[in-house]
Amino acid sequence: MKDVAVVSVAQSDYVRALSHLNEVEMIQPVIRQALDQIGVGISDIGFTCSGSSDYLAGQAFSFVMTLDAVGAWPPIMESHVEMDGAWALYEAWLKIQAGHAETALVYSYSKASPGDLPRVLSRQLDPYYYAPLWPDSVALAGLQARAMLDEHKIDEAEMAGIAHRNREAARANPHAQIKGSATIDELLAEDYLSDPLRLHDVPPISDGGVAVVLASAEKAAEWADRPAFIRGIDHRVDSHSFGARDLTRAPSIATAAEKAGVHDGKIDVAELHAPFTHQEKIVATELGLGDDVVINPSGGPLAANAMMAAGLVRIGEVANRIMAGEADRGVAHATSGHLLQQNLVCVLEGN
Amino acid sequence: MSPADNDRVISTMPTGLWEQPAISTPDLGDEEPVQRLRLPASMVYRYNPGQAPTRYLRGLAQKKILGERSASNPDVYVPSRGMNPTEGTPTSEQVEVGPKGTISSFCVVHIGFGVNAPPTPFVSALILPDGAAVSLYGTLLEVPIEEVRIGMRVEPVWVPDDQLTTSSENITHWRPIDEPDVPAEQLKGHM
Amino acid sequence: MSDEQGGLLEAPLAIEYPFNRTTGPVIGAFLTGLRNERVLGIRDTQGRVVCPPVEYDPQTGEPLTEMVEIGTEGTITSWSWVANVREGQPLDRPHALAFIRLDGADTSMLHAVDASGPDAVNTGARVRIRWAPEREGLITDIACFELVGGAA
Repeated sequence: MKDVAVVSVAQSDYVRALSHLNEVEMIQPVIRQALDQIGVGISDIGFTCSGSSDYLAGQAFSFVMTLDAVGAWPPIMESHVEMDGAWALYEAWLKIQAGHAETALVYSYSKASPGDLPRVLSRQLDPYYYAPLWPDSVALAGLQARAMLDEHKIDEAEMAGIAHRNREAARANPHAQIKGSATIDELLAEDYLSDPLRLHDVPPISDGGVAVVLASAEKAAEWADRPAFIRGIDHRVDSHSFGARDLTRAPSIATAAEKAGVHDGKIDVAELHAPFTHQEKIVATELGLGDDVVINPSGGPLAANAMMAAGLVRIGEVANRIMAGEADRGVAHATSGHLLQQNLVCVLEGN
Repeated sequence: MSPADNDRVISTMPTGLWEQPAISTPDLGDEEPVQRLRLPASMVYRYNPGQAPTRYLRGLAQKKILGERSASNPDVYVPSRGMNPTEGTPTSEQVEVGPKGTISSFCVVHIGFGVNAPPTPFVSALILPDGAAVSLYGTLLEVPIEEVRIGMRVEPVWVPDDQLTTSSENITHWRPIDEPDVPAEQLKGHM
Repeated sequence: MSDEQGGLLEAPLAIEYPFNRTTGPVIGAFLTGLRNERVLGIRDTQGRVVCPPVEYDPQTGEPLTEMVEIGTEGTITSWSWVANVREGQPLDRPHALAFIRLDGADTSMLHAVDASGPDAVNTGARVRIRWAPEREGLITDIACFELVGGAA
């Protein structure tokens, strides 16, 4: 397997609604920064791949316009996934593994503010049995939280503790949307938003985006002092028949973790794409993380959750810490669909 | 499904690739089994166009067609999304283009769609406004279809002044004007 | 560029898709059953009854073929409370969203439960199907579930 590394990461500041900009105006500074900060241009990039969802914009092929922000001239080799950018990164990683490119630009973004996101996300569900009921994403996540509570795999205080820890950590993240948290007692005193979930258990709705540059080993050495090498990356999916699953588990995470070699070395830092508090417990358990691992120093998706971007952000946040010398080896997790249905695990390491 | 129903052709897959296995069910009576369903999905969004399209729409409200260009490239893009798409750099200057333009391509539409489509057949065209690098999309009327040609000079037809809004619908259609055709060579690369 | 004056422009953007779908013989049989106020499940490779039925085993991917009739009453296996009702949901007042394992099935169905409040609902509660007065072969032929008196 070829060595491929993350050499540059840029993000926007996440906000509830970026109503004065369109997606092109929103993502261009992020792409520009990712390239400028390592002194490269699009002509140095062999492959470009983006991740986004047309259902956020309410427009078919909405992602095509963001190529205006890339400067796709002369014509570039380019692709897109209607998924979180973590999967766009996976495609770019494959392109480099296959020898079709030496470098890649990966970007993803969300402008969910125009729509009613919890309603829009019901379109991801089984079209015969679930989608016609238009369940909102929060109530659906609540079913999984209830299963965790009923089986005593978590309690409400622990959920509040996860919310508190993540949002307090976000104080150190200049991009985060929610920085800081009320005390755990104050959180638990709030009414339910969607019993058993309270407002603090659910992620914010965020507009914003992220861009990452990948390079094979030789280019990586030119473009970064301490590239973050991808040592393992794998993604798996569980059944979309949620009623036939044990919702307190996500076997696809365990499988992806094994294939990505999470436990081939020590883990200094983990960034988990668990948008709901109870899900952080599930993800950490399936990854087999010990209590000593620092989870989500960025604040995670509970502090900023741009749909289609938050997973790629997790990879970026781990890469940043490795590139800064603050960590040697870390794991990033990304999820797609409701209830942790599809999961990607990426192991990164500095040299 | 009754046994007779199992003989009904449900799948048209070529033989040898995959066979639909026979499904056994309790007797559901003689009525027609459900084979299709209709599940409409509708969602409403509150759309904000962003800064550059807003400038374009405000220009249209004043019967102006405004394009934009970046500082480093003279090409004027209309309508603008705020970037020069060949560079990926923000636009920094507004340039009024047109209102006259040239047909850079067209097609004759025989199947209209949408409640506002003109009677068929009608001409849809790409119109390159004077001064712009790329063409606008519009409907061409007030001309016999067989006379429409690439290079033909046209002008926009606006709604009455009291109906102007921040909308592309301010231009109801384009129509020919009496000016010599532009040679097709000059239109290459401007679609 | 100068700051644009006059505030943000905003316009409603509606997308609407008709979505005509074919059902195939398994989902079709299930929906035919619903239209007749009957519920079918399907046996998976382990002999468990999956309801709503699927064409392929959720664990192994093998095609499944044996459909069986199951009950119209069941047990709540998980629930959450929908306080903010949205368009298209089965009920137009606050209700529970729940997974319900019908008697005779080994997996759960997703649907709404009509209840007066979250205090009236719990995992393990007994519920029964409330059929829609007009049925056309859709999951919404089940209008919702209602609590059977004497919840567990």
